[in-house]
Amino acid sequence: MPNSFNFNFILTIADNSLILAQRLGELCGHGPNLETDIALTNISLDLLGQTRSYYQYAAKLTGDRKTEDDIAFLRIEREYRNCLLVEQPNTHFGYVIGRQFLFDVYHFMLLEKLQNSPDETLAAIAKKSIKEVSYHKRFSSDWVKRLGDGTEESNQKMQEAIDDLWRFTDELFFMTEAETEMAKNGVGVDVSTFKEKYYEEVSEILNEATLAIPENKYFTKGGKEGVHTEHMGYILADLQYMQRTYPNMTW
Amino acid sequence: MSEKKNWPLWEIFVRSKNGLEHRHFGSLHAADAEMAMENARDVYTRRNEGVSIWVVESKNITASNPEHNGEMFEPAQDKIYRHPTFYDLPDEVKHM
Repeated sequence: MPNSFNFNFILTIADNSLILAQRLGELCGHGPNLETDIALTNISLDLLGQTRSYYQYAAKLTGDRKTEDDIAFLRIEREYRNCLLVEQPNTHFGYVIGRQFLFDVYHFMLLEKLQNSPDETLAAIAKKSIKEVSYHKRFSSDWVKRLGDGTEESNQKMQEAIDDLWRFTDELFFMTEAETEMAKNGVGVDVSTFKEKYYEEVSEILNEATLAIPENKYFTKGGKEGVHTEHMGYILADLQYMQRTYPNMTW
Repeated sequence: MSEKKNWPLWEIFVRSKNGLEHRHFGSLHAADAEMAMENARDVYTRRNEGVSIWVVESKNITASNPEHNGEMFEPAQDKIYRHPTFYDLPDEVKHM
């Protein structure tokens, strides 16, 4: 079933955007100030827009009457393919920024490759998304530097977030079966090829932010294969509530 | 978080189309010009309102004092001869 590889490959990309959008959406009306609140929810909406494009395409690939909404709302936890990093909670602003930064650098590099995919739909989505993600990366890197190189308190909180989230970064470069197959046939992206570049860029910005690069060698993974952290169930409960309670409900 | 109360105010000017002038869109808080620019982008151009942004820290703007409105503006009110409305303009001159 070559289609299932394609389908799952698209989900590994799209689910990251969906879950991160949901996490950022939780901050709507709760940002540290008005301007940052709007900035974070803008990013959330960018990601949600990208998710829709991917899901619409994925729904078409299934060949049955599935829609983007079925894919977004009616899967069980084990069927979501997002990495563990994006489902981590908004513990404090340092975590929101740290999570965003560690993801954005990866996301940008992924889209750089994906925009050259021979699959025209994926290439088009990547081309449109990369401008948005380029701004996300600028926003989150700027904040990492501001907080890292800010006050003693902001430095300590930013460092705490980076230290805590670091163990989820390795999973970004773990290749699932679907990704491996899709990379082999040229449509997908071999994410392991830019792992070194990723850590270089991240380290450069952390250095600039006067933050220490974590040294822990213990990494967690599983999300990309559907094995999530304890937070995921709560996210889905929020996300899926309406469709589960009022099936087939529309606006 | 206590610091954010001290963020200065910035005035935001946006040019909505090439060829038009920058117009005052509003103000916001930011720690420095770079952050003011990013905030302005997110607050004022998220619905495709602009192609160019200027940010100016509010304290750098010298404003006229409303208390002086009398001496500042009223003397111009009865000097209608300063408007070029007493000339017959040829049709070819479209914009005066």
